[in-house]
Amino acid sequence: MHRRGVGAGAIAKKKLAEAKYKERGTVLAEDQLAQMSKQLDMFKTNLEEFASKHKQEIRKNPEFRVQFQDMCATIGVDPLASGKGFWSEMLGVGDFYYELGVQIIEVCLALKHRNGGLITLEELHQQVLKGRGKFAQEVSQDDLLRAIKKLKVLGSGFGIIPVGGTYLIQSVPAELNMDHTVVLQLAEKKGYVTVGEIKSSLKWEVERAKQILEHLLKEGMAWLDTQAAGEPQYWLPALFTELYSQEITPEEAKEAIP
Amino acid sequence: MDRFSWTSGLLELGETLVLQQRGVRLYDGEEKVKFDSGVLLLSTHRLIWRDQKNHECCIAIPLSQVVFIEEQAAGIGKSAKIVAHLHPASPNKEPGPFQSSKYSYIKLSFKEHGQIEFFRRFSEEITQRRWENMPAGQTIQVNKDPQAGRIRAVGIVGIERKLEAKRKETDKNISEAFEDLSKLMEKAKEMVELSKSIANKIKEKQGDITEDETIRFKSYLLSMGIANPVTRETHGSGTHYHMQLAKQLAGMLQTPLEERGGIMSLTEVYCLVNRARGLELLSPEDLVNACKMLEPLKLPLRLQIFDSGVMVIELQSHNEEEMVASALETVSEKGSLTADEFAKLVGMSVLLAKLLLAEKMGHLCRDDSVEGLRFYPNLFLTQS
Repeated sequence: MHRRGVGAGAIAKKKLAEAKYKERGTVLAEDQLAQMSKQLDMFKTNLEEFASKHKQEIRKNPEFRVQFQDMCATIGVDPLASGKGFWSEMLGVGDFYYELGVQIIEVCLALKHRNGGLITLEELHQQVLKGRGKFAQEVSQDDLLRAIKKLKVLGSGFGIIPVGGTYLIQSVPAELNMDHTVVLQLAEKKGYVTVGEIKSSLKWEVERAKQILEHLLKEGMAWLDTQAAGEPQYWLPALFTELYSQEITPEEAKEAIP
Repeated sequence: MDRFSWTSGLLELGETLVLQQRGVRLYDGEEKVKFDSGVLLLSTHRLIWRDQKNHECCIAIPLSQVVFIEEQAAGIGKSAKIVAHLHPASPNKEPGPFQSSKYSYIKLSFKEHGQIEFFRRFSEEITQRRWENMPAGQTIQVNKDPQAGRIRAVGIVGIERKLEAKRKETDKNISEAFEDLSKLMEKAKEMVELSKSIANKIKEKQGDITEDETIRFKSYLLSMGIANPVTRETHGSGTHYHMQLAKQLAGMLQTPLEERGGIMSLTEVYCLVNRARGLELLSPEDLVNACKMLEPLKLPLRLQIFDSGVMVIELQSHNEEEMVASALETVSEKGSLTADEFAKLVGMSVLLAKLLLAEKMGHLCRDDSVEGLRFYPNLFLTQS
């Protein structure tokens, strides 16, 4: 079969090249492509069989999902790359994680006026579960992290910051460098941090500490309490626990910033 | 065969699986028994046999019951076997399939081979006697601590067995699912290897690949979720699927865009589109790849990427200069403008308003304090 009818000369030349490759025992790319096509069909069948037996398991069992994801990663396959992928279509993993992505975005958007776009993984988890209702599939923190990693591709500033034993999820494109991260981690214990603490724990100059804290203030991720005994305290709403937090409107939030 | 006890097949705390083999039949001495097709599992503590057809049917014997084992070679029409000579059953053994037996040995018949490896590992475990170092949860402790032996009423046994069966069911599902998953992954791995080989050949031009074939290849990669290693194409990771998507998006987003000042962030688009679809959602990557094709396909929308990395979809008719000019007018009228105010005016999201203004600040002067960003007309520029 001629793929390109560019003239007898070109055809002959191609045939010669092909023959040369075949002689050397090299398999041509287009032959391998044909092979791949066949193997793909077979794989699709195998996956369908697997899905018919175990699709429920993936739906219901977060630990199994973790194992599944890890195995995919090990062999170099991303089951969440595309909604058109086999994994997504036949196992339904795609819809699960992509919908979770939407729910995560919505929660972060709803709470942004309060925490500046920073939220703990725990709080995100709680809020997402609330939004999903009690008959929805179980969602684990691992599931959230995977969905967030995929959201990064949208360029909207999703980031995962390790603090204490958990993570802070960033959902705005505010630039947070190592300095900011370290201050966030310092603030994690009490929910707030002061210039003095930064100086003594991190051994920074006052100027550096102030610059970082002001950036967090500007982004709305930190609130300033000038009425605290001793030096002013920079509080992070993202780290407020149930004990401290209360619903607050954007207007009130604005007034809180001096 | 009377040394066996019914079990859930779950491993206890401290017990590790060493080896398993399918297609094993059991013999009570020289006689075949009804356990003719099962998976034989060797753990550090026990020998477990589970029926391949009926997973509920699961029996086990502690390794401490084994005196010694020997091999029996295969013959014509006969599978290779392992003969296991056993201690007498202990009086407080858990109930099993047989109350009594006239033999003190059993045979394991390997109908699907695997006897050599199994014998080797079996011997190892019997020699090492690892079960003595790691007393497992509530397994049959035959030689240990008879006082601690639990006296249970039959009723409780029944309830506990039901609970264990339920646990086992879940676990069995998982372990079977896991087995099947591992096999599936092996095949997927072959596909990955093959695709790498093809990609290499494309790179080194071993054989000619047409553009059509390249697109086909990319769609194979998309189906499998394999990252595209070949980067010489003009359309990014675009496939026919993404081209179609791009056209769909163009239709779908026209009105929403007009309602939002002509511009939307990709996150907004992602939520909007997926909420509308309900099923067969787009992955973030699908969306990005489709948007990358908007301009090449000359659709009325385009993808723009800001310095901060934020990605937006804009109407082609959306003109940056006009936006800034109108912002300038608004500012001059009111004196100054924050991003919030601008966003409300134009109808776009605050985030985008911030970005647009910040990026096109030539005409505007900014006051960047902790109170937020505020823009003033740049009198230096305009009044010169």
